[in-house]
Amino acid sequence: MTIRQLSIFIENQSGTLQKVLELIRKSGIQIIACTIADTAEYGLFRIICSEPDRACEELKEAGVAVAISDVFAIELDNQPGGAANVVSVFSGAGIGITYMYAFLLDGRGILIFKTTQAAETEAAIRAHGLHALSEADLPVNA
Amino acid sequence: MIWNPNKECMPREQMRLLQGKRLHKIVEYVYHNVPFYRNKLQEMDLSPEDIQTIDDIVKLPFTTKKDLRDNYPFGLQAAPQSEIIRIHASSGTTGNPTIVGYTRKDISIWSECMARSLSSYGVTSDDIFSVSYGYGLFTGGLGAHNGVEMIGASVVPASTGNTEKHARLIRDLGITGIACTPSYALYLAETMDKLGISKDEIKLRVGAFGAEPWTENMRTEIQERLGLKGFNLYGLSEVMGPSVSYECDEQNGSHVNWDHFYPEIIDPVTLEPVPDGQTGELVFTTLTKEGMPVIRYRTRDLCSLLPGECPCGRTNVRMSAIQGRTDDMLIIRGINVFPSQVESVVLTMKEFAPVYMLIVDRVNNLDTLVVQVELRPDVFNATLDTPAAIDELEQRFAGKLRSVLSINAKVQIKAPGTIERSQGKSTHVIDKRKLY
Repeated sequence: MTIRQLSIFIENQSGTLQKVLELIRKSGIQIIACTIADTAEYGLFRIICSEPDRACEELKEAGVAVAISDVFAIELDNQPGGAANVVSVFSGAGIGITYMYAFLLDGRGILIFKTTQAAETEAAIRAHGLHALSEADLPVNA
Repeated sequence: MIWNPNKECMPREQMRLLQGKRLHKIVEYVYHNVPFYRNKLQEMDLSPEDIQTIDDIVKLPFTTKKDLRDNYPFGLQAAPQSEIIRIHASSGTTGNPTIVGYTRKDISIWSECMARSLSSYGVTSDDIFSVSYGYGLFTGGLGAHNGVEMIGASVVPASTGNTEKHARLIRDLGITGIACTPSYALYLAETMDKLGISKDEIKLRVGAFGAEPWTENMRTEIQERLGLKGFNLYGLSEVMGPSVSYECDEQNGSHVNWDHFYPEIIDPVTLEPVPDGQTGELVFTTLTKEGMPVIRYRTRDLCSLLPGECPCGRTNVRMSAIQGRTDDMLIIRGINVFPSQVESVVLTMKEFAPVYMLIVDRVNNLDTLVVQVELRPDVFNATLDTPAAIDELEQRFAGKLRSVLSINAKVQIKAPGTIERSQGKSTHVIDKRKLY
């Protein structure tokens, strides 16, 4: 019910993001969605991509601090309040969201989020009939 | 085996009496034979009669490397030239070399100290022992050599260089002991690998390693690769040479030959003695040396004297491994900070690579310290993928730093490979205060 995400620790400095992106390009990995959590000194670059295992391995070999984590990807109604409806399901169940971002897939909004309460989240998704994407649903062109 | 139980195991109270007597004698000796010391004592209104017990040592002035250089070449020599039977010189990369002359008695005491060390490592007359310190002006080669001869083992004066030939000799002669620098021991292990000489084909069992700082990790690696037990051997030419102190079977601190070389630990800023167990600058007074005695010589090596006596039965005090050099010391908000202290904390954190950078600055007349460390790519994991988790890691590291340094440092966690690698300690520090 989850998809894998890469988290990459990068310096908050001009050129460092480019370096990581070049490595990803060289590996022939396709980025489907991404976001950066930035602080004054560093950033956490999070990406949903094709072949996350190979991507992680090759980045690690190149000396990049990268980790794989599982995140939920929930399809939204393309209506005002779509995100609010989804989040209210989880907050109603007492589930905390660590971070969240979104992207469009074939015109549909997809909300990606991380939580430490995976089991409760899965139960809430089932109970409310939400559509959680699996990796097979991602548009990988490679 | 204990070479000289009478001295190495002498009850400490009795040793203090002996040290006091010898200190009085050596002060009297330099007072009458070295104008440098006489002038210094007279300036302080001190005479040899003021020095009667070992506790009186704190009244005496310090001697520094600069004093030795300023009195190049023979200014601090106390014995007449006719009594000097050997001259060594320390490397002079930063000025005049230090010239040290030895009398026959000095060489004899040095040989005995070396024999005590080797004996403590388990070397006997049955051993074939290779001395792979450089022979020459450097005290390592000849110093170790004399000790091996005194023990009666067969000395192989291999010196340094031609490592392939040396590796084959170790195999072919069945050499059982070696004295060299720890880095040479690792180089030797590599050379043996290259030549296809396996650990099973050699008989090495004892290594006497010194002349440069080394870590427990290096010890483990050398012991594993060469199949021997490795012991620390400490010394410096200004005081004597190798065997000023030596490890025993416990491999926990080096016993100082303190009937000849009296150690003190001082705060390098206040110059006041610090209690046993506390790190400071190591200071030596030679109690019996004739050629070039030194009084309270500041070694610039940082270490501590270990409290208590050793289970091995020797009573002579142990010094810890050298933890750094005072040359690297920073004074931040009035507190002495050594890069090596930061290093020791970094090494306890599995999340960080063994590299670090100290950035010292002055903001609004207040010193600031930033410690940069690097994440290890192989340890980075999903639990660290939020700023909150990175903050927590920073706080944990900062807390450990504070308990060691006694000042607050701001921690910056950097991406792998972003801190410059280098060999020298000085490059671990960027002191921006120098710009003002």
